[in-house]
Amino acid sequence: MTITVDHVSRRFGAFAALDDVSLEIPGGGLVALLGPSGSGKTTLLRILAGLDRPDSGRVIHDGSDLLDRPARERDVGLVFQHYALFRHLDVFENIAFALRVRKRPRAEVRARVEELLRLIQLDGLDRRMPSQLSGGQRQRVALARALAAAPRILLLDEPFGALDAQVRQELRLWLRRLHDEMHVTTVFVTHDQEEAFEVADQVVIMDRGRIVQVGTPAEVFDHPASDFVLRFLGQVNVLGATVAHGQARVGALSLAAPDLPGDERPARVYVRPHELELALSEGPELAPARVVRLTPLGAALRVEVDAGELGRLQAELDRGRAADLGLRAGQEVWIGFRRARVFAEDGRAAA
Amino acid sequence: MTAAPSRAAVVAPADRAADARTEPRWVQVALITVAALFLGAFVALPVAAVLHQAFRDGAGVFTAAIADPAARAAIRLTLTVTLIVVPLNLAFGVAAAWAIARFRFRGRALLITLIDLPFAVSPVIAGMIFVLLFGAHGVLGPTLAAHDLKIIFALPGIVLATTFVTFPFVAREPIPVMEAQGADEEEAAVVLGATGWQMFFRVTLPKIKWGLAYGVILCTARAMGEFGAVSVVSGHIRGRTNTVPLHVEILYNEYQYAAAFAVASLLLLVALATLVARRLIEHRASRPDPVALPTATRVEPPHVPGALVP
Repeated sequence: MTITVDHVSRRFGAFAALDDVSLEIPGGGLVALLGPSGSGKTTLLRILAGLDRPDSGRVIHDGSDLLDRPARERDVGLVFQHYALFRHLDVFENIAFALRVRKRPRAEVRARVEELLRLIQLDGLDRRMPSQLSGGQRQRVALARALAAAPRILLLDEPFGALDAQVRQELRLWLRRLHDEMHVTTVFVTHDQEEAFEVADQVVIMDRGRIVQVGTPAEVFDHPASDFVLRFLGQVNVLGATVAHGQARVGALSLAAPDLPGDERPARVYVRPHELELALSEGPELAPARVVRLTPLGAALRVEVDAGELGRLQAELDRGRAADLGLRAGQEVWIGFRRARVFAEDGRAAA
Repeated sequence: MTAAPSRAAVVAPADRAADARTEPRWVQVALITVAALFLGAFVALPVAAVLHQAFRDGAGVFTAAIADPAARAAIRLTLTVTLIVVPLNLAFGVAAAWAIARFRFRGRALLITLIDLPFAVSPVIAGMIFVLLFGAHGVLGPTLAAHDLKIIFALPGIVLATTFVTFPFVAREPIPVMEAQGADEEEAAVVLGATGWQMFFRVTLPKIKWGLAYGVILCTARAMGEFGAVSVVSGHIRGRTNTVPLHVEILYNEYQYAAAFAVASLLLLVALATLVARRLIEHRASRPDPVALPTATRVEPPHVPGALVP
């Protein structure tokens, strides 16, 4: 069942947490709300959960406005950033909470909780208190608790934010598998683009209370709608440039920028590290540079080069290619842009 | 940074720091002696004196003083007042704590200040406030007289004055706990389908129960021991409006020292029971989950309850 967020706004005093946001969340989908802090993603999540109300707008789900129903009647499961487990209740009673308040029969509660304990792989820990669990275990209990009453919508607020890298990685994959088995419409909030890309079908990128781009991870990564999106989605080299009549100039190099016709004005060129070409000999559209530092990153090698007037740039290439070039610090090389994006200083239009 | 040298560098100053924290032996002895002497002079000695005076003329006089009809009426009245005041303050305390910890509203700071007002106001003044309001020459006096309602020099007045003096005890306890823990668990409960009452009884109450129990005990002790405010509104009618502390004063003024101290020893018993109950609660509360503590920072109880010796 699709959730339609329709022109939703929410202000806190003079601060617009959500500024006329509209969004379609496909039923059964797994959507990530991605953005820096203060972008409004958590506010949107809390509005969906019923913990906050927008000043204007509607949220249509299953033919009715979700906003007309109080939180407890929305059939929503919510996993809090810091889990918010009931610290005076053990694991079993935490998971059973939604069923207890609905006064379900004992046998049903027991069966359901045991099923969920198996699902989160914590069978046998049902009498532990939350304070006796590791971060990853608490996280899974919080998820099981949210799923106990079979919600129609599952919401997660920075679900992996407080965990260390390895546990986070495991839980991401686990959440993805879980979603594929259950198909409950899921929305999760994150500021980590890697997490969003790895888990979600759809990524909604937010900035200052607005949605700036919606798409699959591949779409937003390959076709960022703005320089904000581009910068937010991982490391990128930024070079000062000028653009005139569809041509951008960066130092001695020139680039096609067909979306930026018109007279000369300042622009920025964005080049991702893996899109920076390294060569040993001079060629057309190459600029001289010197290798400053080599940093191995798993299968890849990061190369920091000093390109004179272009500044210090980061390149990334695979180890095999690096070995072929025989790179070492201090070496003179030539750099070029395999792919670059040009945005005018006002942030619009891409190449 | 390499591990080995830095570790060696850390150990040495830590040892020296431990030395720096340890006072010389004579300072320790001197401090402990001063504390022990002070407690002995100001607590142990008076307690012993009260008990000694109470039993000076033998156990017979002691039991007679307590079995006296006026004393029994005073005990009955004190228990009645306590049974009314404590539940009243419990309800008010929970409501006020909830409002203060959960909502940001205009006048919140004022409410916090008002809750502490009885601590700042002399109990005698508190009593006089009610006389000014409800007394025969008070603002509402004529209206009350017209409807034949007696507040001053009667049970309602004593209840009002005691409530006023004791309401901060319960209200103050849960506020720090609730503010420290935030509303996350309550929000989780609501999203999981709990009604307001279910949320309160299943989530909020378990979190604040030790703080509340602590507050109730202090409130009970103070309600039983309150003298000043009650003295003003009660009228000292023997057998009718005398509470235990007032009865003690009357006996004392009539030179019945043994009887006065016998009844006073009842109040002392309440005080000791309070201390024991308090220890038990602090012990219980610190066991299951450290966060459920009724705030470990509570060093100074605002009042020594029941320590009213004429």
